Formats: sequence, structure tokens, C-alpha cells
Amino acid sequence: MEKKVIINEERCKSCGLCVSVCPKHVLRISDRINSKGYHPAELFDNEGCISCGFCYIICPDMAIQEVRRPEPVKK
Amino acid sequence: MGEKVLMKGAEAIAEAAIRAGCMAFFGYPITPQNETPEYFSRRMPELGRVFLQAESEVASINMVYGAACTGTRVITTSSSPGISLMQEGFSYIANSNVPCVVVNAMRGGPGLGDIAPAQADYFQATKGGGHGDYHSIVLAPHTIQETADLMFDAFDLADKYRIMVVVLVDGLMGQMMEPVEFKEWVDVSKFKTPEWATVGQGDRKERNIITSLEILPEGLEKMNLALQEKYKKIKENEVRLEEYEMDDAEYALTAFGTVARIAKTVVDMARADGIKLGLIRPITVWPFPEKEIAKRAEQVKFFFDVEMNEGQMLEDVKLAVNGKKPVHYYGRLGGVVPTAEEIYGEFKKLLGGKE
Amino acid sequence: MKLIYKKPDAITERDTTYCPGCPHGIAHRLVAELLEEMDLVKKTVIVWPVGCSVFGYYFIATDAVEAAHGRACAMATGIKRVHPESFVMTYQGDGDLASIGIAETVHAAARGERISVVYINNGNYGMTGGQMAPTTLIGQVTTTSPYGRKPELNGFPMHVPEMLAALDGPAYIARAALDSPQHIIQAKKFLKKAFTAQVKNLGFSLVELVSACPTNWKMTPVEAMERIRKEVLPVFPIGEFKVAKGVE
Repeated sequence: MEKKVIINEERCKSCGLCVSVCPKHVLRISDRINSKGYHPAELFDNEGCISCGFCYIICPDMAIQEVRRPEPVKK
Repeated sequence: MGEKVLMKGAEAIAEAAIRAGCMAFFGYPITPQNETPEYFSRRMPELGRVFLQAESEVASINMVYGAACTGTRVITTSSSPGISLMQEGFSYIANSNVPCVVVNAMRGGPGLGDIAPAQADYFQATKGGGHGDYHSIVLAPHTIQETADLMFDAFDLADKYRIMVVVLVDGLMGQMMEPVEFKEWVDVSKFKTPEWATVGQGDRKERNIITSLEILPEGLEKMNLALQEKYKKIKENEVRLEEYEMDDAEYALTAFGTVARIAKTVVDMARADGIKLGLIRPITVWPFPEKEIAKRAEQVKFFFDVEMNEGQMLEDVKLAVNGKKPVHYYGRLGGVVPTAEEIYGEFKKLLGGKE
Repeated sequence: MKLIYKKPDAITERDTTYCPGCPHGIAHRLVAELLEEMDLVKKTVIVWPVGCSVFGYYFIATDAVEAAHGRACAMATGIKRVHPESFVMTYQGDGDLASIGIAETVHAAARGERISVVYINNGNYGMTGGQMAPTTLIGQVTTTSPYGRKPELNGFPMHVPEMLAALDGPAYIARAALDSPQHIIQAKKFLKKAFTAQVKNLGFSLVELVSACPTNWKMTPVEAMERIRKEVLPVFPIGEFKVAKGVE
């Protein structure tokens, strides 16, 4: 499935706010290091994400660029 | 045009600015120029233009700064203590390259001082009371008629160079009444918003940012060098002065503003006594007529600078003369206006046994 | 996939100069979203302050000017009076707006200037290293109140929206907070009313956004947001203090 949350890792400053507000705990601080020396946040459980957008709303660096929700499948 | 009106200087300033296309006034009451904001407050709404009494001179100059960023012809007027409050704004305006006009009706200081005329803000106006390496064009008229004429030049120069222009008058010129003939009205319908103005991006390809901030020193140096280039052009092209009876002069008075007017009488008195005295009257005190004074230093025996301060333009005269000839000084302080007889008396003392 | 949220175009590509977790970025995004939604971007002039957001013009893509410290409301007045068709807003911190700029702020409000003020309150002078500000709380330690702010020495924190709401010039005065998604969503609603007050020519508008300063509060971003909830909001409560008719 396409990623529900698009994160621009270069903009992330590892503040941890997105992780703290995610109601489904699908975000975490990764082990990777971006060019600024920060560990960017990552969406590690795409399935569990409910596309609520709280991470986008609280991200102060606009590192969380997009939030998407899968279209309901028509029966 | 062609009609002479008897007008108080403070009001003539306003009327001239309005005819010169001034679209907005922001200011604060201060003696001896209160008639100026009052005049604007009556006339601007009649013409559909902007008048706003601000809460302080600090607010006034920042309102002027904002309006100047839109490329609108804007003015504020004040007197010495109020002009002191505006210095921060002057510095910001200078490094933002936006046009505006500021009138200072100088009064006695320092501090609260008095409300009598003085010339003690020459340093502040020409050497910069605000911080940093900046200049404003400073015009120093000596009659109400000249003030009215120069108001048109002030706005034109401000727009031409995107710079602040100071019109330096004093309480005497503000309060006296004289016949004035105003120039033709400037057609404000021809005014266009400049390409660099911040009014909202609209159809422009790029947005505009007007700031005096540049955090990288090399970048700020570039901004400063650009200002220096501008000032160089102004020095080359905009110097103005009047030389009165200087052709065969053996002695030169130097003076500006009200004192220059009195000095003309002193020249006449000396000439009546057969003394070859002349007057050099800078009209732009920035840019200062250094070349012209340096030239006259070849000709005259000495210079005699007279001002209503402790000796401020005196320093620019001395720099221009560059040691070639003596430069003497006479001044009154605290708002006292010297008489022609008084100045002539001091001049004759200098002649002493020489004549 | 349906797009739920997307970074507004009015936010530039440039990385911000703000500390990790600084809510300035959240406030910038709300402003950018609203300007786009209300089709104001090309009409807008933002007057930026002296403070951490001094470079704000690098991050929100509108015409912009840089004011002297505290003078943004006067500068905005100058612009709006001669160009009433522009959308003119200021973006100021608590030191800028409530200390050095309080006269310009109060008078712009009293005159009912048709400008919109975004007022970021994080209880200290951030850019200069964390000095005490008019909104510093009693007992709060800052670099110029090392023993904690004491009322007998430094008086009490200042409530700007409550003060301005007493004037007749304002059309919309409110306080919101940036500590949680719920509060941020509410903050955007308040900002929209403020912008509407200008668009509909109703009067002066100001929204205080209670914010954090993780660096100078010496906390993690998550702890700083928690401090807003526990310590700051009880002193600076969320609310709408003046809502003129037509602002909804």
C-alpha cells in the first residue's frame, strides 16, 4: 500500500512531537541520520496509520509533507 | 500659479508638500510646528489623501517607513526632540532604500530645551543621528519661499534615489509669515506603484522583501557598498548652494538657513562700508558643497562661519577649506537669534588691524 | 489515496532557522494555509518583527517588510492606510509586541486599524538567549530573573488580549495555544476569524498563540508542550475576548 504519511527526512529535526501525538503509535525516531545530523522520524507501521493527520498538524518543520487516506473499496 | 499668498511657514510647508504630490502624512504634535499637522489634518481628507496623528514620533517614523515601502509619497514633520526619537527609523529607512521626506523645524536644545529657533541639529541631520554608515539628503532653505520650492525637489529627489530627504528649517521660519508663490500642482493620477514596492505580489513574478537586515557580514558589506555608490552619485549630481556677492569677495561668510538670511544683510552692510564681503550659503548641507568652498579658499583671506549652535557646519567648512585659510566662528546657543549688527560687529573685530 | 493534508505552497522550500520543536513553524503553516484558503497570498504584506521569527520572510512566500523592534503595528498601519486593498498582517513575539512595542500595539488596536496581528507568546526573549519578558510567569527562571520572577521586583505577567478587548477599535481578539493537535485546529479557526475581520473591514484583530521555547525553557519539545498545558494555560487561558458581528 502507498505510504499514508510522506516525510521529508531532510527537514526533520527529530523533535519527537509527531511521535508524542500519534494516537496509534505508528511513528518513531529512526536510526538514520540526515545531512543536518538529526535522526528523522519515520512511519514504521503504515497499516496501523489511521490518517488522522495529527502528526502533520503538530510538525513545526513541515517535514511531514502529506497525509493520505486510502479510498474505501466499493463493493 | 502666479498668485502670492501670505502664509505662515509651518503651513506653507504643508501646502507645498500637498501640491508636490504628498499622499500621506503621519506625525505627532510638537512646538514650533504644530500648524503643519493641523494644516494636513484639514487638507488631506479634502483631497482623499491620508492623514494620521500617531501616538508618538517613534510610531510616526515607522508608519512613514511602512508607507514608504509601498512607494507612496509620504512625509512626517517634527522638531528636534521628536526628530531624536525618529533616529532608529531613519537608519532603517536608509538601509531599506525607500523614499520619504522629513521636516525638522529645529528648536533650542539639548533635552527639552525651548521652543525658540536653533540650528543645533546639523550634526544629527548630516552626520547621522541614527546608527550605521548612512546619509539622507539634507536641504536647508533660508526663506519660506525657498522652503515651498524645495518641498517639490525633496519628493523628487527622494523618489529618484530611493532615499530619505530632510528639509531642515527652524522655529523662526516655521512661525513667521511671508508671501509665498507655490509651484504648479503635481499630477498624482500619474503616480504608479514601483516595481520594488511591497503591496502584495499581485501579478508580479517574484515577491518583494524589503529589509535592512543581512546577517552575513559579507552580504551586509555589499549592501553598504551599494549605499556608498548611491551617495557618491548624489554628491556628484545634487550639490546646491547660493553664492551671494562672492565674485570679488575678499572675505566669505558661511551660513545656512535663517542665519544665512541675516548674513545677507551683513554682506550688504559691509559692502555699503566698502568691504568686499560675500556669503556662501549651502542649500544642500548634505551633500555639502566642499568643492565650491575649496575653490573660494584660493580667493578669500578668511572664512567667517555663523550659526545658531556651537559650531557644527563649521567643521564641514574647515574640512573643505583644508587649512588653506583661517575659518573663524560666531554662534548663539539655546534658541537665541543673532542680529545683523551683532554679526557685523564680530566680523569687524576679525578685520581688526587688517583692513 | 485521498489527500488529507498537504504542505501549503505558500511555505517555501527553505529549511527553517527555528530550534527543534519550536512552534513558530506550526504558526507559520497555519498562516500559510489560511492565506491560501482565503485566496489572500498575492495580496498579502507580512510585517516581520525582531526576534526568532526575524527571518520569517524566508519561510512564508508573500511580500514582506522587516520592522524595527516593536514597531510592526506602526509599520503595518503605514502600509494599510496608503494601500487598504492589501492584506496587511504582523507576526510578533511577546517581547516585541508587549514590551518595546506595547504603545504601537495598543494604539493600532484603539484606532481599529484594519490589520491582523499574530502574537506568539513563549514567555521569554528567545532570540537573545532567554531573558525575562512581559509574559514570563511568576517564579519562572530566565537569564535576567535567575531567582525566578518576583512580583515585588518585576510585577506580574501581562495579558494582552484581555487588555485590548477593553478597547472599541478591535473587531476580534482571542488567545489560542499550539501545544496539541486539538488546540492547533482551534487556533486555526481563531486565526481565520481574525483574518476575516480585516477582509470584511470590521476592525483590528489579534490572536495570541501560546507557544513554547524548548531551548530557553531547557526542556525537550514534548516536555515544553506539556509545560504549556500544566503551567502556562492556567495563567493565559484560551478564549475569544472580543468577537464583533460579522467575524464568524
